[in-house]
Amino acid sequence: MADLKSTFLGIESPNPFWLASAPPTDKAYNVNRAFEAGWGGVVWKTLGEEGPPIVNVSGPRYGALHSNERRVIGFNNIELITDRPLQTNLDEIRQIKRDWPDRAVVVSVMLPMNEEAWAKHLPMIEDTGADGLELNFGCPHGMSERGMGAAVGQVPEYIQMATEWAKSAAKIPVIVKLTPNVASILPPAKAAQAGGADAVSLINTVNSIMRVNYDTLTMYPTTGGMGTHGGYCGEAVKPIALNMVAEIARTRETGALPISGIGGITDWRDAVDFLALGASNVQVCTAAMVYGFKIIDDLADGLSTFLDDKGMALDDLIGKAVPSVTDWQHLNLNYVEKAVIDQDLCIKCGRCHVVCEDTSHQAITHTVDGERRFEVIDDECVGCNLCVSVCPVDSCITMKQVSDDNDAPLAWTDHPNNPMRNTESE
Amino acid sequence: MAGQPDIRNSRLAQDEIAANFSDLHPALSRSEALIEADRCYFCFDAPCTDACPTGIDIPAFIQKIRSDNVKGSARTILSENIMGGMCSRVCPTEVLCEEACVRNTHEEKPVEIGLLQRYATDPQIETGQQLFARAAPTGKRVAVVGGGPAGLSCAHRLATLGHDVVIFNRDEKVGGLNEYGIAAYKTVNDFAQTEADYILAIGGIEVRNNCALGADVSLTDLRNEYDAVFLGIGLGRSNDLGIDGEDKDGVVNATDYIAELRQAGDLSELPVGRTVVVIGGGMTAIDIAVQSRHLGAEQVHMVYRRGPENMSASAFEQALAQTSGVTIHHRAPPKQILGDEHVTGVEFEADGGKFVLYADIVFKAIGQHLNGIEGPATENGRIVIDGWHRTSLDRVWAGGDCVIDGDDLTVTAVQHGKLAAIDIDRHLGEQ
Repeated sequence: MADLKSTFLGIESPNPFWLASAPPTDKAYNVNRAFEAGWGGVVWKTLGEEGPPIVNVSGPRYGALHSNERRVIGFNNIELITDRPLQTNLDEIRQIKRDWPDRAVVVSVMLPMNEEAWAKHLPMIEDTGADGLELNFGCPHGMSERGMGAAVGQVPEYIQMATEWAKSAAKIPVIVKLTPNVASILPPAKAAQAGGADAVSLINTVNSIMRVNYDTLTMYPTTGGMGTHGGYCGEAVKPIALNMVAEIARTRETGALPISGIGGITDWRDAVDFLALGASNVQVCTAAMVYGFKIIDDLADGLSTFLDDKGMALDDLIGKAVPSVTDWQHLNLNYVEKAVIDQDLCIKCGRCHVVCEDTSHQAITHTVDGERRFEVIDDECVGCNLCVSVCPVDSCITMKQVSDDNDAPLAWTDHPNNPMRNTESE
Repeated sequence: MAGQPDIRNSRLAQDEIAANFSDLHPALSRSEALIEADRCYFCFDAPCTDACPTGIDIPAFIQKIRSDNVKGSARTILSENIMGGMCSRVCPTEVLCEEACVRNTHEEKPVEIGLLQRYATDPQIETGQQLFARAAPTGKRVAVVGGGPAGLSCAHRLATLGHDVVIFNRDEKVGGLNEYGIAAYKTVNDFAQTEADYILAIGGIEVRNNCALGADVSLTDLRNEYDAVFLGIGLGRSNDLGIDGEDKDGVVNATDYIAELRQAGDLSELPVGRTVVVIGGGMTAIDIAVQSRHLGAEQVHMVYRRGPENMSASAFEQALAQTSGVTIHHRAPPKQILGDEHVTGVEFEADGGKFVLYADIVFKAIGQHLNGIEGPATENGRIVIDGWHRTSLDRVWAGGDCVIDGDDLTVTAVQHGKLAAIDIDRHLGEQ
């Protein structure tokens, strides 16, 4: 079995799976259970400043997007940062780190935008023996109304400023957690880097309203009839997160910045996605909140087995797919694929035909020689992959390359139809 | 074995009988229905719809179940098949829609279309919520002869289109074979009447029960008094075996006994033989054999003159009989009924030889034939019709089991009634 031992910013953990800062890491009881189950580390649920504790709503804090069999596809929450006294958390963190010296214990923190707050609180956290800090510039609900969380993360100057304060107040590594509720993830990432961040973690949750209650025609869920947007997470947000991770990883200025990947990781394949696109470790929350801590078994075993099958070490996987991510303008427009339908696997549902007919290129038959038969019309097929995407049978429709590898590639940057094309060679 | 036949009631305790006659396929819960609906691939030009004699848009109604639009789902079903509720219970789906389901190709487990259809239609029929409104009155009057599936379907469609309908029904209750013929465990809780009431509640339909064609009303009078006539009279008579001894006591038409069973208030009071022989290979043969077992008959033999591949009972029905403890014999035509006054057994021919099965009761279930009708042309004992269900008589339409392409299925009868109604409406509009 491949060794999953992970080192992130010098913080060691037996595997690269940490529980993200969230309800599962709010107190020692949960964290003990997580470590007993085999999790490599935790990011303790966000601590705030000393004083009267945060007050949470006591109605629904969570909402879910379900499939028909009630599988949770997406999830949102309006819970704030920890609502327990600061000292209680600090005492428990200290004890946990003593009891579990081989596990990563990073503490999430959210403080007002004044340097004194950071100078005062970070040493208190560091004193617990915690391995690192994660600055919560991401939560989009509640705390952002008070000028913290995403309100900071959406302003690169604030990110840099607070990161600088944190770096000067703390000796342990500082991870900056980024919000996806921005037009581009690069300015926030660059700001974190400029402020001296040792790493970034992303994504935090996405602004969201789950749905309407069809009886009351109010938003759902509500707290006594009124609701507010929450932070969206779970499987549904993974592609958004992967893009942001890859953007940071493939950009020259930020490419060296270590990334802790977060966003919808549910099974080991999701972890492979994040690692291959540039994350050095991953954080999980929703899947644990939906299935419990036991999923770490599949996550770790699946990743280890995968690495064995590939003959790779964990470090080899990290960033492996990054070079394959580029801008659209660099794609080879001379490369051509066409869909091919395996008639032995085809169950004749006709979904490929109807979606191609209604919404794409009219490139799939429904009848051939009077028989119900679905075949690709090569002349019409543009290789869009829609039929592959909707076919209910795995591997029934595949894409086959028809262009010649020996043909010279042609990207938009050099394409004759592009008025802005490179003309150096002409 | 000569002596008194062993025929008596209460062979089983009442609760055993109740359990035996409970719903064959219990209804789906909401969560079961949502999961099953999710299995539908929403096929293009769906093979299941092609396989449905009434052409219900099956993917559309399943999609509406998925989106919790149960009422819309019922509307999709009932707009093509007003007996979608009964058909969801009695259709041999394994040889119709579910056989066509593309899920069979790789996993051999079709979407449970029948159960989903029941899930969608039951709430409407149980609450009596009408999904269709009548069109403005046309002033036209149509006589529908027969209160079975074909007649009710025709009447409902005509009423919806604004015509006034009178149903002439020979029985005490409407429903035809739904009420008198289908196995009890397929339609529990008096569903046939609940559904008939639902259909009639559209309005504009007058029902005259105990009014038989020929005896109480003549086709000539109906043609004179009404703008159009629809014949949905079914096949009134059971076929005879044509062998010696057929007139002995204890040789019974299966359909008569099933009708008695269906109308019985207390099944434990129904006399049943200890040893039962059923002759036939169709649905009725299966129904009588299984119900005899369920009433407590110790041995039930079902004997068919040809092989299992020729049986009109589906493979599912044959398996149901076998798991219910019915012994099925193939390729054994009956030669004679044995006994003095009362039957004691049946002699069959098989493999060039012969064998005898002792019996306290013999049920004949080898099909029915038309109960002679004056007027429309017939062929092979059934009424001749064209593609729009017109008979040889002007302004007389026909459908259901009594016509040449009737196939003894409720769903087919419903389709016949519907098509005839559409054509009658067209005809009345041209007048």
